[in-house]
Amino acid sequence: MRDHTAAAAAPKPPVDTSLWGDSYAARFEPDPSGERMIVNMGPQHPSTHGVLRVLLELDGEYIVRAEPVLGYIHRMHEWMAENRTYAQFIPNMGRVDYLHALAWNWAYVGAVERLAGMEVPERAEYIRVITCELNRISSHLLWWGAYLLDLGAFTPIMYAFDDRERILDILQMVTGSRLTYSSFTFGGVSTDLPPEFIPKTREFISSLRGRLPMFRDLVTDNGILRGRCEGIGILDLDTARRYGATGPCLRGSGQPYDVRRAEPYSIYDRFEYRIPTESACDAMARYFVRLSEIDESLSIVEQAMDSIPDGPIQGKGPRKIRPPKGEACYAVEGARGKIMIMVQSDGGPNPYRVKLRAPGFSNLSLFAELAQGTLLSDAVSILGSLDLVIPEIDR
Amino acid sequence: MSVSNSCKDAWNYAKSLLIGLGVTGKNFVKPTITVIYPWQQVDNMSTFRGHVELIPKDDDPFTPRCVACGACADACPSHCLTVVAPPKTPKPKADAPAAALVEGRVIPKTEKAAAPEKSRAPVQFFLDYSMCSLCGQCERVCPAKSLRFSNNVYLTGFSREDFKIDLLARMKSQGSGQPAPSRQKPPETAPVSEKEKEPA
Amino acid sequence: MSMTISLADPLVRLILALVGIFAFVALNGLVLVYVERKVAGFCQRRPGPLHVGPQGLIQPLVDALKLVGKQLLTPAKGDPILFWAAPLLAFLPVALCFLPLPFDASLKAIDMNLGLVLILAFSGVNVIALCLAGWGSGNKWGILGAARAVAQSVAYEVPLLLSVLAVAFMSGSLDLFVVTESQGAWPWQWYAMKNPLAFLIFIICAVAETNRAPFDLPEAESELTAGFHTEYSGMGFGLFFLAEYANMIVVSGVAAALFLGGYQGPVASGIWWFLAKLYAILLLIIWLRWTYPRVRFDQLLNLSWKRLTPVALLVLAGTAVAVRLGG
Repeated sequence: MRDHTAAAAAPKPPVDTSLWGDSYAARFEPDPSGERMIVNMGPQHPSTHGVLRVLLELDGEYIVRAEPVLGYIHRMHEWMAENRTYAQFIPNMGRVDYLHALAWNWAYVGAVERLAGMEVPERAEYIRVITCELNRISSHLLWWGAYLLDLGAFTPIMYAFDDRERILDILQMVTGSRLTYSSFTFGGVSTDLPPEFIPKTREFISSLRGRLPMFRDLVTDNGILRGRCEGIGILDLDTARRYGATGPCLRGSGQPYDVRRAEPYSIYDRFEYRIPTESACDAMARYFVRLSEIDESLSIVEQAMDSIPDGPIQGKGPRKIRPPKGEACYAVEGARGKIMIMVQSDGGPNPYRVKLRAPGFSNLSLFAELAQGTLLSDAVSILGSLDLVIPEIDR
Repeated sequence: MSVSNSCKDAWNYAKSLLIGLGVTGKNFVKPTITVIYPWQQVDNMSTFRGHVELIPKDDDPFTPRCVACGACADACPSHCLTVVAPPKTPKPKADAPAAALVEGRVIPKTEKAAAPEKSRAPVQFFLDYSMCSLCGQCERVCPAKSLRFSNNVYLTGFSREDFKIDLLARMKSQGSGQPAPSRQKPPETAPVSEKEKEPA
Repeated sequence: MSMTISLADPLVRLILALVGIFAFVALNGLVLVYVERKVAGFCQRRPGPLHVGPQGLIQPLVDALKLVGKQLLTPAKGDPILFWAAPLLAFLPVALCFLPLPFDASLKAIDMNLGLVLILAFSGVNVIALCLAGWGSGNKWGILGAARAVAQSVAYEVPLLLSVLAVAFMSGSLDLFVVTESQGAWPWQWYAMKNPLAFLIFIICAVAETNRAPFDLPEAESELTAGFHTEYSGMGFGLFFLAEYANMIVVSGVAAALFLGGYQGPVASGIWWFLAKLYAILLLIIWLRWTYPRVRFDQLLNLSWKRLTPVALLVLAGTAVAVRLGG
């Protein structure tokens, strides 16, 4: 960690800010020889996956220094939590990371249930698992398409969205929405599975399994893609641990850490599934991890649908809950990593404090170190392989 | 790097490229999967949950089940709902005589007089859809189960005013089979009197 | 040596040819825009342009009109003379490259026995145009794009030249008409069958020279926000666009003439065979764009210098030996 106290106390040399608009660029001092170029990638850029600004110091095509600048989409979710009741905050969770909204929903309702000591009925747990895993598949499909779009291939995203449309239709049956779901409640889920849900999902599972070989033929085995991803963004395990990386970034470096196994929640211990792990530590390893996770999620959904019991979908509890004083944390395996929410209550109708731990924040901090010394094209590839959603990082 | 290895690598590389071309070529001849709106329509809108609407009573399609408790307006994160309760009917006084005098007949207190049917249905029920996030909290907390999600997918408007929906008018028009009025005025600042609804 | 046509004066013939070429290029530009967007659409299981005119046929025309109608902005930090010279430099020399192309046995625009050299020389002017575009924009992304474009073009000139030389050895001339005549009418007599490696190298270099995917780094949309043509609006961009398509047509025409027998065909040789072969290669180039991701810059240069150039030298040497032995 750099020590900022001494640097802040020392007198600063005068910096010519006439060409650079803001304080970030002014502090990003270039080298005196003037041979290096400082470029802003973003906040409006086709491949930064949201409003992310990356200050790059380029020596020709090589990146000497990279610094991500955040905050362009800070929406003060944690403040909103303190000014709304517990139930009124649930829709916010769908907007934090809209690609895996149900995982954020789950983390929040799980934290409040843990705090208030509420029980969740069996059927509701199964519904939560099925919908969350389907959401994970849709998130990975979008990541795959968008990653290839960054790398210059324009067709795979269209194919991915074709499959994703089917998932969105299936999830619309249960939750009523296509993207920003808020269908989990304290103590269960809000709507039961309609009768056509299970046949349609089974049909979808077999169709997606039939499409995955085509993805492999078109993209995964493609020599050009291998050249863009293999050996790029080597993230050794020690660096990953230092930055707190989780999710496919960590599993692509050889550590089989999955919150569903490490800190088991809900009924995941009843299902058989692998934790895909690769040891190559590069962007290709993270790619393989995510594609394998699609397979594993399909298998979990199948097992859940085979054994889902009948019963109520909503546990007992007051409509306006006032959890007792205290705090509780709940961690969930999101598509991007470990989502953890801490809810602190002072006995009132509103939470006292809600802390949202976004996996993307830790994953993005890796970028500055991973991008050093690489080419600009590699930086784009690394950024894509980290699977960032900037609204989640900025909250 | 031996020559035979690089030849094999080159061959695998070239083969992967050709297989990729084959995939795109196969998709080239397949039919398109997009739906060209509005000449064609999608068919997955029956499960769409649009804005909430009032559910009428089973026996009276023009009166909602709503009891104007205001739980939905309280539950809404964005304060979209405006519910105006009917004026309260005055309660009988505590020191009333043991027997009540009604229309020249003496009715003992033990015999419960048939109280006039007082409707607790709201006088006004407006939803500001421009602020709604479709979270469903209102539908969930309603004690009378009076709200449900509509299937109003193709709701369009030219201004924000078009999205301030008069749910009572909507329910009544659904009951009578007439289409709902397209322009619905939001309540004035002192919403006490019955408002005249503007015809479509 | 030249075939007699009704207008014997070479200057008149040249002017007529230039007029015809401009018309051909303009028409083909419109057609190619449409074909590219339709091929892209169908590969992606969507219809592409559909509403402007029947089946979207008027879409390119309307797009051209729109581009002409846009305001021409000059960036304040750029050099206006260089900025506006670049699109003109990109487009005009390409028209010249059409002159030696053998559309038909009787359509000889200019009597020249160095047709291939003319084409290769004027294709190189494109490099200057890209350079000026990037520098004149005064935009760092533009400069990056221009630097990439220059290195890429220079790198791929060499194997291109070597593969063309191999064909020149086989036919004994640099005149495209003679090369076409020295091939036969049937596919097994074409140079693509007799020297497939040279054909492959030529196609790869052609795609790279025209900055088409998978070698489209200078205009890499997702990395450089449009690279060297970031700052161009309206017809400035339109000229670059048109120049790219015209370049594509030139290299496809050269490939058709050098490797696929030109205007000769099994039955009824004529301009239609030339055009058919030209469009076949164009379709292949368009198909490649919609299938592959972009190659990284250093991999691109490695491919050219470390793999294509040695292989092209070997092919050239082998062709020389084979021609000498064949007598």
